[in-house]
Formats: sequence, C-alpha cells, structure tokens
Amino acid sequence: MRVPLSRIAHARSGDKGDGSNVGLIADSAPFYEILVQQVTSKRVKEHFSQVCFGPVDRYEVPNLRALNFILHDSLGGGGTMSLKTDAQGKTHGQGILSLEVDVPAELLSSGEEE
Amino acid sequence: MKTIRIGNGQGFWGDSVDAPVELLRGGPIDYIGMDYLAEVTLSIMMRQKLKNPDRGYATDFVGFIRRVLPELKERGVRVITNAGGLNPKACRQQIFEVARELGVSGLRVGVVEGDDILPRLASLVESGHPLHHMESGEPIVDVLGDVTSANAYLGAWPVVEALNQGADIVLCGRVTDTALALAPMAHEFGWSPEQWDLMAAGTVAGHILECGSQCTGGNFSRWWEVPDLWNVGFPLVEARADGTFVVTKHGGTGGMVTLETVAEQLVYEMGNPQEYLTPDVTADFTSIKLEADGANRVQVSGIRGRERTPFLKISASYLAGYKASGELTVSGPRAIDKARLCADIVWKRLERAGVTFADEDRLVELVGHSACLPGILPTPSEPPEVVLRLGVRDTDRDKVERFGKELAPLVTSGPPGVTGFAGGRPKPQEIVAYWPALIEREVVEANVHVTVEEV
Repeated sequence: MRVPLSRIAHARSGDKGDGSNVGLIADSAPFYEILVQQVTSKRVKEHFSQVCFGPVDRYEVPNLRALNFILHDSLGGGGTMSLKTDAQGKTHGQGILSLEVDVPAELLSSGEEE
Repeated sequence: MKTIRIGNGQGFWGDSVDAPVELLRGGPIDYIGMDYLAEVTLSIMMRQKLKNPDRGYATDFVGFIRRVLPELKERGVRVITNAGGLNPKACRQQIFEVARELGVSGLRVGVVEGDDILPRLASLVESGHPLHHMESGEPIVDVLGDVTSANAYLGAWPVVEALNQGADIVLCGRVTDTALALAPMAHEFGWSPEQWDLMAAGTVAGHILECGSQCTGGNFSRWWEVPDLWNVGFPLVEARADGTFVVTKHGGTGGMVTLETVAEQLVYEMGNPQEYLTPDVTADFTSIKLEADGANRVQVSGIRGRERTPFLKISASYLAGYKASGELTVSGPRAIDKARLCADIVWKRLERAGVTFADEDRLVELVGHSACLPGILPTPSEPPEVVLRLGVRDTDRDKVERFGKELAPLVTSGPPGVTGFAGGRPKPQEIVAYWPALIEREVVEANVHVTVEEV
C-alpha cells in the first residue's frame, strides 16, 4: 500500500544555520527498514524541491529508529537574515510526513495509527 | 544509589514565565537550569549595556528570583543560568538587592566570566585567528567594523567550579545549554573531564532538557495524543553517578513523557548523530538507549562519548543591513490571482521610483496557501482569502523604508477585496546577523574566571 509517512513515523524539525534539520522516527523496527530503503536523500530533496536549494544529507540513527536529514540552503539565509515566515524550518517536520512510501498491508493492519 | 533531580524551567528567551515557578513548586527538585540566550540576544544586550552600564543581562531572571527566592533558599534548590548575558556581575548585584529586600541572607551567587571576547577581537584577528564563518568560510575581518558582540561558548567546568565553591545561583554569559545539566552532575558525582562517556551522558541529558517542554509533549507530531497541553509539565531528569538517568516531569501536570516525545527531542537540531560537538565532549547519539520505565518515565542509558575537540565555538553578531516586511489580506473570488497582482504592482511602482531589489533580497509569500511548505501539501485552488506577505532587505536603509510606503496604496489602487492593513507602514529593522566560527580553546580558557560572593 502507498501511504504517507505520517502512518508509520513521526518527525521534528529545526534550524542548522541556513539549513533545516529534519528528524524522522519510525513507529516500529520493520517501519525503520522501510524508511532506510525508501526515504533517500534524493526523494527528500524532490519532496522539498520548492523549499530546499542545496544538497540533502542523511544520517542513520538505528538505536532511535530514526533518520536525520540536513536540508542545506532551505531557510532564505537563516536566522535573522531570512525574510521567510518559517525562517527556522519549524514546519519541515510536518512537511516530510506527507512523503509517500510503499508499506506491506499486513504491517499496517496491526498497531496502525491514524 | 544517589539520585539528583535536574529540571529545565526556561527553554529560550521568551518562554513561559510561570514554568520555572511551577517546576520549583510541583515536586522534589535539586537544580533548575534556565536558558535565556538565543543566537543574537547578546547583541541586544550589548546595546542595553552601552546605554546603561548596569544593564546587559536578562532582567526576566531577576523577576523569577524575586518570586521564589525565600523558597529556593529554604529548600536548597540551586539555579544555573546564562541570564548573566554580557553583564553577569550587574545581574548578581541586582539579585543581592532582591535578597536584601526579601530579608534572605547567606545566599551565595557565582559568576562565570571570560566568554566575552569582543574587547580583544581585533587583536585576536591580527594575531592569526581569522575566525572563518563556519558555513561560508569567509574571514571575520570582512565585517569586523560591524561586529556588535562576540562570545565563546563555554562548557560545564567553570559552572562546576562555582558549584564547588558553594554557589546557590550560578550566573553565566554564553555557556552551552547542555552544560546547565552536565555541570550539576559532574559536581554532585565527582566526575572528571576525561570521563568521556559520563560527559556525553550529561550532555545528552542537557540536550533532552534544553528546549523545556519539547520533550514532555510540546511540539509533538501526534499532538492529539497529548493530555492537557495547556498545563504541560516542564522536564526533569533523575540522574545517577553511573551516567544513566530517567526523563520525567512532576505528577499532576499535563503533557507526557514517552519514548516518542523523548526521541523527537533527541533528533531536534541534532546534526551528525555520531559527532554532537560541545566544549566538553564529542557525544555519540547512536549509542543512546531509551526504555519505558512506567508512566511518564523514560530511562536513558548506554551513552558513549569521545574526546572533546581542541576548539570552542564563537558566536559573533554583526550589523548586516536592514529589512522590512508587511502583510495585506486579500479576500474574495480569485484571491490568489489578486494577491500575485498586488505583489507585481508593488515591485513595478518601486522600480518606477528607482528602487529595485535583487531576487534573493525580496520575498512574496501567500500565507494560507503556500508560505511554509510550497509544493508539499495540496493547496486549495480557490481559497476564500489569503494573506499576502511581502518583504525586502538591503544595506541601504532608505530603499527599505521606501518599500514600506507601497503597501497601503494597494487598498484603493489595487484589485478589490484588499483589507487588513493596520499598524502603519512597515519600518526598516536592523538585521543583526550571526557569525559562527571556531577558535583554539586555550585562547579563551586562559581568561575564564569564576567568583562566588555572599549576601
């Protein structure tokens, strides 16, 4: 099944200079494997194509079932330089949760959260 | 095993003024850490200090002390804060004033100094410290004349020294947020600087605590699961000498402490998880083990650290020009088209007046449509209204001011349905920009000193 990440993960974001730091946390070990396989830097860059104008770095944090992304050049200068409403990337965590992934239906039937 | 309770009562400058009072009164606690300094706050404090040499610190903190000092003293709860800003000694005098007014005696207040390197910035640059910007790589000499503050981030050890000398309150300037938690652990448990795993454990505790209620249910993805967010409890850790600790909050408060809320705070602004750098240690966040430990309790263990780097981070601020932004509400049919027309009209009228801005120095946002997450969430093709937000920046203040005069005319000489223009013309604001750099730690540490005085 094709589902948004919000079905299998949660997220939080903030700033790192002129980039945003987006942490994505899977709800279970099988879901973490899905994140590792499908939520690549390339897909995140495409998802944020109108927000992020630099490269995307990805780090694996398996002990927290998390991936951490740095979206370079995505805050319009960052900090006080930026003119943007979201100069600190506070909303990017909400944004990543609409990225879609393929999840076996049987994994969703148990412990699924809306 | 001995356990100490360390809480955070202030996650940033502007956080809840009642939170630290609730944290103190809500249950047992030994230490309260409070963070008041955002990246450019010290620049604002510099301006206050130039006007009045007795200012330059976070006056909110004195207000907190006034509310709770007798109770703090009676219960022996100690407070560690960066509220001292650029003038921690003046802050101490003010707290002594409050103590005398309230009839509190025997209060010991520590001050950590040496983080402020502005007075010797030019000589540091001359003597071979280029202070390259950590992102752009440019040397600070390019903006040296516009620098308004320059402070090194100090770590936990000067704070430990103040605690060792018996300070009830420790006032710092620029000190890492994580030091506010690591320092009381190192002091209570007799840890030493090269016990890297323990340094990392205290640092991780500090990272979890440093944004206040962000680990107890605030800013949580599944906000609908969080009970009584209005009454959210600020966090505390129950720390042990072996570096393990439990994240929790006082009973009877709202919010929640779960594996999920703690994990979200761990990834917050984490950067490279294997190299979380502080003045005290290089912490490895891939070693952290989280376990549920009953309701609203998460046990944290297994944390590993490596040697600290030879550098300290400098946080300087400098004047980088001016900016202004303003908003108009555009309502009715074809609101998006009308808002875009408004923006176009503004830029063309400015151009006619000889005022132009580079593309990267001007901004058009449609709030309610595509301001924060353009191209990511589906947008309504026909919203009943949007807020048009326009902004510019430039080194020429006059240009920025001229921009501010072009918004109001749209109400009568733009498309119909334009409203919500209140509060006057957008005024140019100074841009106080941030300059992060690294410096050899000895250069700063040789000048750090701690004094503890009693009232």
